[in-house]
Amino acid sequence: MDNQIDEQPSEAELARRAFKKKQNRKSTLIAFLSTLAFAAVVWFGLIATPGWERVSLAFFNWDVAVASFPRVIDGLFLNLRVLLFAAVSVLFFGLLLAIMRTLRNPVFFPLRIFSRGYVDVFRGLPLIIVLYLVGFGIPGLRLEFIGRIPAEVLGTIALTITYSAYVAEVFRAGIESVHPSQRLAARSLGLNYAKTLRLVVLPQAVRRVAPPLMNDFVALQKDVGLISVLGAIDAVRGAQIEVAKFANFTPYVVAGLLFVLLAIPTVRFADYITNRLSSREQAGSAL
Amino acid sequence: MTNWSKPSLLVKGIRKNYEGREILRGVDLEVYPGQIVALIGSSGSGKSTLLRCLNLLEEINDGQIILDGEDITRSGVNQDQVREQIGLVFQSFNLFAHLTILENITLALRHVKGMAKEEADQLGLSWLKRIGLAEKANSYPDKLSGGQQQRTAIVRAVAMNPKVLLLDEVTSALDPELVGEVLNLIKDLKQTGTTIVMATHEMSFARDVADWVVFLEEGVVAEEGEAVDFFKNPKQQRTKEFLARLKQR
Repeated sequence: MDNQIDEQPSEAELARRAFKKKQNRKSTLIAFLSTLAFAAVVWFGLIATPGWERVSLAFFNWDVAVASFPRVIDGLFLNLRVLLFAAVSVLFFGLLLAIMRTLRNPVFFPLRIFSRGYVDVFRGLPLIIVLYLVGFGIPGLRLEFIGRIPAEVLGTIALTITYSAYVAEVFRAGIESVHPSQRLAARSLGLNYAKTLRLVVLPQAVRRVAPPLMNDFVALQKDVGLISVLGAIDAVRGAQIEVAKFANFTPYVVAGLLFVLLAIPTVRFADYITNRLSSREQAGSAL
Repeated sequence: MTNWSKPSLLVKGIRKNYEGREILRGVDLEVYPGQIVALIGSSGSGKSTLLRCLNLLEEINDGQIILDGEDITRSGVNQDQVREQIGLVFQSFNLFAHLTILENITLALRHVKGMAKEEADQLGLSWLKRIGLAEKANSYPDKLSGGQQQRTAIVRAVAMNPKVLLLDEVTSALDPELVGEVLNLIKDLKQTGTTIVMATHEMSFARDVADWVVFLEEGVVAEEGEAVDFFKNPKQQRTKEFLARLKQR
């Protein structure tokens, strides 16, 4: 603002400002007291407990953390690879399922039903059970021509199966959120169904569902740790081995911290995208 | 301007039911090349439905639509090809929100007409220049005023070089001060011989610019005639009443 405001505020405005100042002082006091109360809870509930010393030795041992770090970080790279492959295939299959679900032509009735059934089943089935089914079921088929499938590949397949169901629903919501008038405009120009979907509906749908998609990505990012149940030597499994070696739980904490560090940039990025989209939609509003 | 030899669009007795209600009850219409036909009538008289039927966005329940001598309502017709030849502009503009103004115009040129990007861009830009929006070519629709959006929407349809252009109350959603610029564009299109069927509430515009006026009431053509005649001495009682109602406002 380059124009100076030098007018004397009115009585009413002065009264409002005085009231606001009083309110602010009150809020500061409340914040201080509640912080104090919280600190007390932490002190008496955790640090002052009789077992705290032993727990901190078993979970927060610096030497063990340093010693176990190489194996855990090694495992984390496997998690990252699985994450990359799973994320790409989830996007592909999720979108495919969503498109199948929204096809209107009666020819595609079986596809529509399949997509619907798939989503129902795999959104309901716990991921850990899908992991067991895929991880121990597929090798059990004894497909000799493929040979032994590594545990991390089976884990990636299981993650893809489950997450595709979630992501399909996200995409479907996005496709359905594009106003029918956009389709109408495209069709009236002579674009056929497929081109309308590809050039008009999907670009808008994908933009709109970017925040929930990022959310699912964050969830996938930590669920890749579950492939350890199939025996893949990832960060969690690596930590488990170190835990056994040192008879100390610190490696779990190390692995946990690494997953959190991994998630922070993604979470921030998701927030950024969400804010950008919502600020564009609500430009000019006070709330 | 009108070429009376052979109609661009010939509509024979179309009927359209919607949820058990008859919206169109046998509508006949003839539109000749270069003609501007104004469809008037109160809300719910079937104007919009008629336009959507002409563009095959709605399936008709009976009747025939003949475009340039070709029956576009026969079974097995390629509807996408038909729509390519009939432009439709909506009351609410319906510009593609994710595309720039220029991309809005070139999308169908490229993906329906198969034009190369450069060629389509050139054509699109020349249209934008013509309506004075060249500097907005790379803006997104939400940065434009309603009038600018609607002019873009009209150009998007006209750039496809349709045999007939259908305008569905294109000024009804606009602020009053923006109506003029859109009507001017339509006048401009009339000069270049575009064949237009427009549903409208702008009676003075219909009188000044349209060649033929069709008054639709309860799904039938109640009266039609040359624009000047039609407004000067309407023959039917209900036409008189309709026009009188409008004047009162």
